[in-house]
Amino acid sequence: MMKYKKPSRNFVTYAGVILIFLICELALSGMIDGFKMSRSLKGQLVPICVYIVMAVSLNLTVGISGELSLGHAGFMSVGAFTGVLVSQYLLFAFPDVNLETIRLIAALAAGGLFAGIAGVLIGIPVLRLRGDYLAIVTLAFGEIIRNLINCIYFSVEGIALNFGFLDPNLPGKMIINGPMGATGIKKLATFEVGFVLVMITLVVVLNLINSRSGRAIMAIRDNRIAAESVGLNVTKYRMLAFVVSAALAGMAGALYGLNFSQIQAVKFKFDTSILVLVFVVLGGIGNIRGSVIAATVLTVLPEMLRQFGDYRMLIYAIVLILVMLAGNNPFIKNTLDSFKAKVFKKSAKEGDQA
Amino acid sequence: MTQRKFQKTPVKMVPAPSYGILPERDVGERPVLETRNLGIDFGGLRAVEDFNLVIGKTEIAGLIGPNGAGKTTVFNLLTKVYQPTMGTVLINGRDTAGMNTVQANKLGIARTFQNIRLFGNMSVEDNVRIGLHNQIGYSTVSGILRLPSFWKGERAQHERALDLLSIFDMQDLAGHQAGSLPYGAQRRLEIVRALATNPSLLLLDEPAAGMNPHETEELMENIAKIRDKFKIAILLIEHDMNLVMGICEGICVLNYGRIIAKGTAEEIQNNPVVIEAYLGKQKEG
Repeated sequence: MMKYKKPSRNFVTYAGVILIFLICELALSGMIDGFKMSRSLKGQLVPICVYIVMAVSLNLTVGISGELSLGHAGFMSVGAFTGVLVSQYLLFAFPDVNLETIRLIAALAAGGLFAGIAGVLIGIPVLRLRGDYLAIVTLAFGEIIRNLINCIYFSVEGIALNFGFLDPNLPGKMIINGPMGATGIKKLATFEVGFVLVMITLVVVLNLINSRSGRAIMAIRDNRIAAESVGLNVTKYRMLAFVVSAALAGMAGALYGLNFSQIQAVKFKFDTSILVLVFVVLGGIGNIRGSVIAATVLTVLPEMLRQFGDYRMLIYAIVLILVMLAGNNPFIKNTLDSFKAKVFKKSAKEGDQA
Repeated sequence: MTQRKFQKTPVKMVPAPSYGILPERDVGERPVLETRNLGIDFGGLRAVEDFNLVIGKTEIAGLIGPNGAGKTTVFNLLTKVYQPTMGTVLINGRDTAGMNTVQANKLGIARTFQNIRLFGNMSVEDNVRIGLHNQIGYSTVSGILRLPSFWKGERAQHERALDLLSIFDMQDLAGHQAGSLPYGAQRRLEIVRALATNPSLLLLDEPAAGMNPHETEELMENIAKIRDKFKIAILLIEHDMNLVMGICEGICVLNYGRIIAKGTAEEIQNNPVVIEAYLGKQKEG
């Protein structure tokens, strides 16, 4: 009989993220000699946080709830454009009250809220499906969202917000300009905010998994018929996972949007959904810590590989293949497991003595 | 096939009404389960028809019959996995027409499965906790924010889960992975999980399948014990005649989707129709 592995070594995940954040902060302030961050790496800090949040939230849908969703970038774009809209609107409508923090919090909250609403609306038809069909329909919805945003125009005039659908002739200052996207965004995102968002996401997702609702979600994934027979409301809990995942992706999107001076809907193509899915699969489906690590490494890697010039993406692909092969290699797996067992046994013994 | 000798274990007998399995019974003010002319068609095939069954409080009833007779289909009809094409199912006096499995469970019907359906990747305790989901609850938000009601609910679930596992002396296995348990233990865990939903009627689909004679003996004692402790009715499908004849107060025999006999163990054993269809004739000589 196998002893059940408790999944709640959450403090390792939290501690790891905090540690890396502190190291990055020290490096940014130049406190560590000989370890300087390159400009491009500095620029990657916020996107890394965004992709961590994206990967962790997608893992909630794909790994914990067991639904292969290919439209995660759709929720990200809803969050990005709502976040930018709210932030820019507050900036133009109330120029005297210039509180960046309030604008940022409002943008993130609005991004999460509207992406959550989009999650409910999309979840109602999508969660009637299963497996491959669900994957294809989420993919389609992701594309629909992107194309809809291409047709939306917003402008601000005084404190009035004007909206146009396929109608670019709006009075006042344009905030969102159809296919041209949002331009002239006042950058609000910082690495610190990104870190806070990552921590919030981890707390929400890990606490959700290790609670009554999380067990229900996993039970439905493992055996739907048995879950129904003990009275679990299948629709409710599938929807819960889907919407929480969408809302977190929306917040990540809002942060992403506020990190650039301009964004277009094209940025949230199908490629982005697949990229995030690659993080989830490579980090291990259902493994939250793995998602964090995979998102970080795979976002930094292309920058690190710049020295290889034209061969950059080739090497990136080879690395992906090698990691997948290594992850499935029984020898490496066994070695790692026995190593882990030794380490944890040791620390447990030390804990007893102390 | 030879007829086996049946061992009787002493169980507390319950009075019952005349329209149920047994003649002359009293099920109190209302029966736990009542079906009227229940039936289902699969395409052109009539899988079950004219199924009438009454089970009173704290009765142990058996459903037997040859393979393919429609026993599991009856279970699926009672738990609303299938919607009946004709007839009605009343649980605790309430019509279940149009209900789904979840609602039927909330009305007080819980089941185990012929092919075990545990949450294999989770721990034994978590399996029971999922059964307790609707019994001991707290909101999702308090779970995420780790509010006091979360800790209170978790502790209550933990204690109740261990309490339930102790019926089968399984509390020491609480931390093990459910899928790695031996077959017999998995079957017992399924019963515990079903009991956790606080049912008034427990449906057991071949609880003794894959168990050795010793384990079956223990199971018989435990089924009687569960009935006495939780004051619930139990309906079981089983091919082990020692178990069925030993603990069932009423037996219902199904063949080709129709009830061919109802009665006590003795009546069933001596019923020529049942012997012909299922039990088999005793070898002469």
